Amino acid sequence: MDLQTLTYIVVGLTFALYFGIAIWARAGTTGEYYAAGRGVHPVANGMATAADWMSAASFIGMAGLIAFKGYDASIFLMGWTGGYVLLALCLAPYLRKFGKFTVPDFIGDRYYSSTARIVAVICLIVASLTYVIGQMKGIGVAFSRFMDVDYSTGLYTGMGIVFFYAVLGGMKGVTYTQIAQYCVLIFAYTVPAVFISLNLTGNPIPQLGFLSDTGDGTPLLVKLDQTLVDLGFAEYTAQKGGSFNMLMYTLSLMMGTAGLPHVIIRFFTVPKVSDARTSAGWALLFIAILYTTAPAVGSMARLNLTNTIQSGPVGSAEGNLVYAERPEWFKNWETTGLLQFEDKNGDGRIQYYDDTNPEFAAKAESFGWKGNEMIKVDRDIMVLANPEIAQLPNWVIALVAAGGLAAALSTAAGLLLAISTAISHDLLKRTFMPDIGEKQELMAARIAMAGAILVAGYLGMNPPGFAAQVVALAFGLAASSIFPVLMMGIFSTKVNNTGAVSGMLVGLVSTLVYIFTYKGWFFVAGTNMLPNTPDNWFLGIAPEAFGALGALLNFVTAFVVSNMTAPVPDDIRHMVEDIRFPKGAGEAQDH
Amino acid sequence: MAFQSEDDKKAYWRKNLNLMFTLLVVWALVSYGFGILLRPVLDAIPVGGVGLGFWFAQQGSIYVFLAIVAIYAKKMRALDREFGVDDD
Repeated sequence: MDLQTLTYIVVGLTFALYFGIAIWARAGTTGEYYAAGRGVHPVANGMATAADWMSAASFIGMAGLIAFKGYDASIFLMGWTGGYVLLALCLAPYLRKFGKFTVPDFIGDRYYSSTARIVAVICLIVASLTYVIGQMKGIGVAFSRFMDVDYSTGLYTGMGIVFFYAVLGGMKGVTYTQIAQYCVLIFAYTVPAVFISLNLTGNPIPQLGFLSDTGDGTPLLVKLDQTLVDLGFAEYTAQKGGSFNMLMYTLSLMMGTAGLPHVIIRFFTVPKVSDARTSAGWALLFIAILYTTAPAVGSMARLNLTNTIQSGPVGSAEGNLVYAERPEWFKNWETTGLLQFEDKNGDGRIQYYDDTNPEFAAKAESFGWKGNEMIKVDRDIMVLANPEIAQLPNWVIALVAAGGLAAALSTAAGLLLAISTAISHDLLKRTFMPDIGEKQELMAARIAMAGAILVAGYLGMNPPGFAAQVVALAFGLAASSIFPVLMMGIFSTKVNNTGAVSGMLVGLVSTLVYIFTYKGWFFVAGTNMLPNTPDNWFLGIAPEAFGALGALLNFVTAFVVSNMTAPVPDDIRHMVEDIRFPKGAGEAQDH
Repeated sequence: MAFQSEDDKKAYWRKNLNLMFTLLVVWALVSYGFGILLRPVLDAIPVGGVGLGFWFAQQGSIYVFLAIVAIYAKKMRALDREFGVDDD
């Protein structure tokens, strides 16, 4: 069977599964729509959270990011997992005990203020909507690359599927689809990784193969460093950026992870407070399986790719791959534009090296090289082409397609759910139309979901020029505005309404201004006030790493303002003391 | 009132915070410490061709995070039972 047919069959089967789940898991009440009736088993919720969390970027992009950034990409590995420690220890159990449906619900009630609730809704929508654009793009790209349909057809198909199970089933439908999607994506990620590790190191476990010796007895990472240095590239294991910036960046990603509403609301679906604690552990375990595999995939794929092109000694006439003899996968990915070759010195062979490295320039010239001829090596190639480079059977390649789509769909659905519940519950029911009944609220939730899908689809079709920058914005906002007020809401009985609102606004505005200063106002090119280079950054902190400092400003402002204004009312103090122990959390509903 | 007394309530919360802070110190130590700031020191210990610091940054810290969350869930369950505020 040819690859195309096989891909259609595998992807078709996974979609049929998602549809089946959607019909089975229809939501009948707002409790089911917002929190899956609070009847999700902690292990199941852990799996759903992992799928919710791991996006197209984690699945397709991260290994490539690690492959090209090496050690410096550790910030993503630590940041995107360490956030779950904060969630498990500081947020999830208490917010579950509070027993409402959304993040603005907690902020509005704890700070007894509609203003606080609305500011939280705005932060939530900005953070989630910017994040969802990337997912919609991921869906379109995954479809077009794997299934040979154009981007817009792919995007519409993806929208249709999410529409079906999210509008029908709400949190309940999304939860059970995400569980299926996790199984698909983790299988699709680990199978090629196992084979590539086996090929290179003889060890089937990628996490161990990563540290093992290659065929000639040299450890994998030593060999990779050597191979890269020989071609003028920076060492994989060397640190390139400043330590303080790395620390702040990691901290921002951790706080951002803990503060992202679409992740937090997943913990509202488990039956008990103690389940929220264990469920965070399960989520982290399921995420760690992919995140500890990613550095192995990244380093091994980079070594494979480099060795394919530089097949002999560096500098010898026969050392480079003859373009006409390039392998089949190379041709396949050339047609997608992810790999591009230009024979600059006209020798019919491919030279792949770092031509921006002045120290290597003289050497390259003496070899008769006239510049790097791999004019494009898209980092997504590291995961996408992996099964082909490792010469795995076609069904594995088809599986990677289904996995990439599962990752993008599950995250998009989770984000859209967070947005639509904030609108129907926090804005309508809790703020502007408190008199609507449950049936009307459920209808409003479904309409809001449909609307959110259309907006996300529109943004996916017409991605704003700044689409690549916005993930930093989402994490920055979650870290600087949402995370601190949640922490203070639980661990302090002193922070009051005025304090929280001022803190959120200071965190939000300072982070936005810092990002815009270097990246341009609203990301409009050319409007940045300072060049975006390390020597211009405040204390060497990159715009993406400012969230932690924004959070600090939020904390300080909230405490100072709270001290100067009216104290927290007694009933709110009691409410805070009440969420600090598990007993008496809302009962589970059967379904 | 879930607790026997105000003192119990305070004691429970203090024990919870102590556990939380201890675990967060470990959390910060393995990531910001071993993985970033102390990497030059730790790299003196070789692991699979690279240093221990590098291993903590790309693998080890994640395993420790898992252990932290598991320990917290287990110890808090015991603490909940001790004070009679568990949700079973």
